[in-house]
Amino acid sequence: MENATCFHCGDSCGNHVISFQEKSFCCNGCKTVFEIFNENDLTCYYDLQNSPGATPKEIEGKYDFLSQENIIEKLTEFRDGALEIATLYIPHIHCSSCIWILENLNKLNPGISDSQVNFGKKTVRVTYNSETTNLKSVVLLLSSIGYEPYISLEDFNSGKKDINRSLIYKLGVAAFGFGNIMFLSFPEYFEVNEFWLEQYKPLFRWLMFAMSLPIVFYSAQDYFISAYKGLKARILNIDVPIALGVSVLFIRSTIEIMFDLGSGFFDSLAGLIFFLLSGKFFQQKTYNFLSFERDYKSYFPIAITKIDKSGNENSIQVYDIEKGDRILIRNEELIPVDGILINGKAKIDYSFVTGESQTVSKKSGDKLFAGGKQTNGVIEMEALKSVEQSYLTQLWSNDVFNKNKEDGFTNITNTISKHFTIAILTVAFIATTFWLFVDPSKAMNVFTAVLIIACPCAIALSAPFTFGNLLRIFGKQKFYVKNATVIEQLAQINTVIFDKTGTITSNKDSNAEYDGDLLSDSENVVLKNSLRGSNHPLSRTLYTILEEHNIITLDTFEEHIGKGIEAKHNAVNMKIGSASFVGNPNQSTILNTTVHVSSNNVYKGKFTFYNSYRKGVSKLFNQLKRHFDLVILSGDNEGELENLKKLLPAKTKLIFNQKPEDKLEFIKYHQSEGAKVLMIGDGLNDAGALAQSNVGIAISEDVNVFSPACDAILDASKFKQLYNYISASKSAIKIIKWSFVLSFFYNVIGLYFATTGQLEPVVAAILMPLSSISIVIFTTIATNLLGKRLE
Amino acid sequence: MSVIYILLSVSVVIGVIFFVFFIMAVKSGQYDDDYTPSVRMLFEDELVKEEPKPTIKTTKNN
Repeated sequence: MENATCFHCGDSCGNHVISFQEKSFCCNGCKTVFEIFNENDLTCYYDLQNSPGATPKEIEGKYDFLSQENIIEKLTEFRDGALEIATLYIPHIHCSSCIWILENLNKLNPGISDSQVNFGKKTVRVTYNSETTNLKSVVLLLSSIGYEPYISLEDFNSGKKDINRSLIYKLGVAAFGFGNIMFLSFPEYFEVNEFWLEQYKPLFRWLMFAMSLPIVFYSAQDYFISAYKGLKARILNIDVPIALGVSVLFIRSTIEIMFDLGSGFFDSLAGLIFFLLSGKFFQQKTYNFLSFERDYKSYFPIAITKIDKSGNENSIQVYDIEKGDRILIRNEELIPVDGILINGKAKIDYSFVTGESQTVSKKSGDKLFAGGKQTNGVIEMEALKSVEQSYLTQLWSNDVFNKNKEDGFTNITNTISKHFTIAILTVAFIATTFWLFVDPSKAMNVFTAVLIIACPCAIALSAPFTFGNLLRIFGKQKFYVKNATVIEQLAQINTVIFDKTGTITSNKDSNAEYDGDLLSDSENVVLKNSLRGSNHPLSRTLYTILEEHNIITLDTFEEHIGKGIEAKHNAVNMKIGSASFVGNPNQSTILNTTVHVSSNNVYKGKFTFYNSYRKGVSKLFNQLKRHFDLVILSGDNEGELENLKKLLPAKTKLIFNQKPEDKLEFIKYHQSEGAKVLMIGDGLNDAGALAQSNVGIAISEDVNVFSPACDAILDASKFKQLYNYISASKSAIKIIKWSFVLSFFYNVIGLYFATTGQLEPVVAAILMPLSSISIVIFTTIATNLLGKRLE
Repeated sequence: MSVIYILLSVSVVIGVIFFVFFIMAVKSGQYDDDYTPSVRMLFEDELVKEEPKPTIKTTKNN
């Protein structure tokens, strides 16, 4: 069953196989589509309409807040009369039948006139008539067919997002100009003295001039702006020689055609800008379905149920919660504010906040912190603080979240550009001085020619194409990197810090070891069966670990909350639970989670839970230890200390009981001592550390669910490859250095023509694209070879 | 030889027309989602096939 593939879409079903008519499906969408096509003989519309699908119980009441006017206002992107358009984020969208079913929503609800899926972003844009239906029923409909939208506090603030398309416009303008200018400049290259060409030469030239205007003043404007900013900050970045080259090209060409001295270099100018922009465009690799900028808002609900004084339940916005409000938290809901538990059995999962893996039981009167997730039925609580002032959210007021990591980082291109610019200017001045004595009429020509031919197009293209290609290769290997700078920073790392829970341990399964007297067969059967009846997380874990036994009916079964289970079958009376409940004679001080067992009031032994470490952790650490300082920074207690010592190389530092702020400070301190830190974490509790580190990588079991703000997201299955990714980044830097060598070689050829005063437009027109294209080919082949080695 | 003026203006005008189409395409969001339309296109065919025989209806027992 493990490797079953979906009958409909062919995707692997993973662990959640949906069986229907002896076929396995990966999702309800596939199953529904299968039902439609096969069972109903393709009469999909009519039957779909007749099958409303049962609403699962958990979502009852969950979306009540969607009938509130002000929330609808925030969530819809367009409202005019009865027409409303809302874009909903649906994490579950993953295959083509998802698109099919979601785009046929109008067959299920006649109030919906149109629904359009964006597969990359995993969104569906629903247009509906608010007189016949409403947002709430749309969301409920989606939930009932297995596509529950994810509505978080983030949606509340974002509103309409503007997409920045300026780069593609600029590229379009440059491409248009480049192509046309090339055609217009061709005649002069080939038939210089023909009669009719002489006659029309000015027309051709001025047309080229006209077309180069938008290229210089629109397409290339970013280079001028960046060069100006660089100079202002006294940095010779790569855009300085580019801007210089572009200006000289444009001015010299204009002067040449004005005084009829030559045809100018407009084609080279357009080509240069076009190549540079395409490099920029290529380097942009965005993963629409991932977000690298998440903060607590993506985890928090948009609205919460408030109980007013007369006991009525109302939905209110999370931002409207005030001190003293009584609020209702349903199963699996997140607590949005700090408060006091009033009613109900709270079992809070704080793994978001602290990284602590076990749930915490709370009784009425206990304090609850925002960010915890209720896992045991409904509770009522009283708010003590507002959302912004709560414990978890305060972490985000730290300055580190407003800092841009790219500031203050000099990338490899800019490092070389400093020396390059100085060298070029020196060559230009020496050559000009030389010609001033030999042939002053040529001096200005040589000076500008040097600046034109040395325009570092090839250098500027090396990094974008290398990193851009590597980003794609990494993406295919399930290592999703935010941008090129991250790869560069990754190559400079000297310290690697890991979070423990969820990062080097796997969330999915933990191990338990039995320690004590051997249990008899009948005792084992009772044990397994009593665990079966319990909903306690530890019981559930233990249940899955223990081997299968027959299912029997227990004579008595009683669960004592917070203590344990008591069960009786025939002559066996077992107690399973805490040490004191079971009657353990020697109370130990072990920090690990334990479950004790006694049979007929005789203490038998205990199960001790250990984290289960990801496969390859030990190997990875041994690979890493040769090059990096290693640290484990855990929010958990020291229970796993001995285990970790055995598993990891001796020089790994192990630090426990770290609060989110402690982690951040730890990294800050080491950075001040010159460490370049790579932080690998998973939960919100690592968010500060991920932001503070030079490179923060979030590990994710499923990249579609959320990970905290970070620089890169690594699929958990590829965890053991981490070292290879770091060394690939280092190799990428080597590739760039080699392509710098290659481009210097072209520059030397170009400078020969320039300094000897022989730079014809046709030479520039050949040399510039040639150098750019060979750099692109070299970097692409080299990075692809690098990618092959990764696989 | 003044036919060159006509040829030139024709070539430039055609270039500009295509350029304008390109800008319009970008503006309409055509390049924002480059995957879904390729899938959606295939659905249209399935839908057309279905319509001719809407009468054979089986009842579901769930």
